Amino acid sequence: MEIDPFIFRLSIFILSIFVGYYVVWSVTPSLHTPLMSVTNAISSVIIVGAIIAALSGSDGVVFSSSSIYGFLAIILAAVNIFGGFLVTQRMLAMYKKKKKDK
Amino acid sequence: MSANLSAILYLVSGVLFILALRGLSSPETSRQGNLFGIIGMVIAVTVTFLSVGNFSSGFVYVLIFLAIGGSIGAFIAYRIPMTAMPELVAGFHSLVGLAAVFVAISAFINPSAFNLGTPGNIKLASLIEMAIGAAVGAITFSGSVIAFLKLQGIMSGAPITFKGQHLLNALLLILIVILTIYLCSKQSSNLFWIIIAISFLIGFLIIIPIGGADMPVVISMLNSYSGWAAAGIGFTLENTALIITGALVGSSGAILSYIMCKGMNRSFFNVILGGFGATDQTSGSQSKEQKPVKSGNADDAAFLMKNASSVIIVPGYGMAVAQAQHALREMVDTLKKNDIKVSYAIHPVAGRMPGHMNVLLAEANVPYDEVFELEEINNDFANADVAFVIGANDVTNPVAKTDPQSPIYGMPVLDVEKCKSVLFVKRSLSPGYAGIDNDLFYKENTLMLFADAKKMTEDITKNL
Repeated sequence: MEIDPFIFRLSIFILSIFVGYYVVWSVTPSLHTPLMSVTNAISSVIIVGAIIAALSGSDGVVFSSSSIYGFLAIILAAVNIFGGFLVTQRMLAMYKKKKKDK
Repeated sequence: MSANLSAILYLVSGVLFILALRGLSSPETSRQGNLFGIIGMVIAVTVTFLSVGNFSSGFVYVLIFLAIGGSIGAFIAYRIPMTAMPELVAGFHSLVGLAAVFVAISAFINPSAFNLGTPGNIKLASLIEMAIGAAVGAITFSGSVIAFLKLQGIMSGAPITFKGQHLLNALLLILIVILTIYLCSKQSSNLFWIIIAISFLIGFLIIIPIGGADMPVVISMLNSYSGWAAAGIGFTLENTALIITGALVGSSGAILSYIMCKGMNRSFFNVILGGFGATDQTSGSQSKEQKPVKSGNADDAAFLMKNASSVIIVPGYGMAVAQAQHALREMVDTLKKNDIKVSYAIHPVAGRMPGHMNVLLAEANVPYDEVFELEEINNDFANADVAFVIGANDVTNPVAKTDPQSPIYGMPVLDVEKCKSVLFVKRSLSPGYAGIDNDLFYKENTLMLFADAKKMTEDITKNL
């Protein structure tokens, strides 16, 4: 009997939860706000689904009832991706160590 | 592009996302981590384009919409003031949630594009995953919108409660489960729309009873939800990058919620069920009203600090509201010129989101090695001369250690009262969020400075 591919995906999912658990505990508390903004940015990888949905229209028809939702999702996810990564970058650039010479 | 190659590349981008979070273990590696995240995203998007392989006119539109969203995002990211980070994050969560809903709808209408079967005959597992992704996404969306409105002050931060609230929420959740089961057998699109509509309603209902200062928990929780929604869609699309990311974000948000709850010594359910601070404060606050309070002005405060050898600063949400972080930094610079040792003490739930105070201090150019967490610095209060409490309240209340009747009893607090003297910047004597009086106000060694945090800090600097 073959193993359903779903089981493999479930394994990846469960193991990733554990990876996430240990990685996030090692995040220093002072960076918890950047952590939230960066997780927000990476969860927008949902844009992958949005792109597939947007390009699902049959030949010649760009905007079908299903692809419109894809296009809307692309805008939302793109706001998040650019906004999330850039605002994280902006925050992280502010964290500085004490200057030695002062 | 072959399916195997694209699957491997999705895995690569998932690993890069793990490294992005890993980088945040210290500020030095964090910028590199962010770069990994960006590379991971570029890989995921490129692979998707190549594997769909459809470069017709639709592709051009995808790029256009991507550019529209991207410029809006970039514009917001550059313009947003750091004090508004909680609102921004809540707003962004709502977008992830809504995007998940849209993708799920699209997959439901046109399943063949995703290899999930044909309309009306969608694979059972996919249908369940779709329904879960859509429901969690919808809850994330409407919940985040309410959180955003509360943080922005458009909606009152006070908890909104009514009778039978929890029962209603529970019934709606059960209803969703039942409808999902029906959906599996009937495959009817009406059921799918109803599930989404009810989920929007649930998101709305679970956030309205939660008060303003519990927002750190709410934002972390919604962060977690947005992850689970992404993972749900990841299962539908059979996409490893989405599954890995969803799991990472989901557990990250869950851990942050846990840390925030611990910082308040409350259980997760206690926060979620809400209504905290709205009712039942019976623990004898009336008897305390007549107690004498010492109040002073900027001159007195400057005198005390000038004669101190070490000062600990305790910032709170009030500092963010008054935008006092830059003025505070100038005051500290002046103190340092007088050879006074200054450090900052941050309570885990200070502010409106995890790490809120740290970002504001970083914005004001405070070096991060002068900023300490509760456990690191709490023993130092006994040796410090002055504690300067600016915009914090409940997190310094000694009642949490002494009065088992108090609603905040057992919450870890900063031992501010052990300092030789305490300067407490506050606009009035009104109790904090928890609705209880702060004993610190009436201590012998406490000097209340009744003023706007920013103005008071500037005045002290002038007097130093």
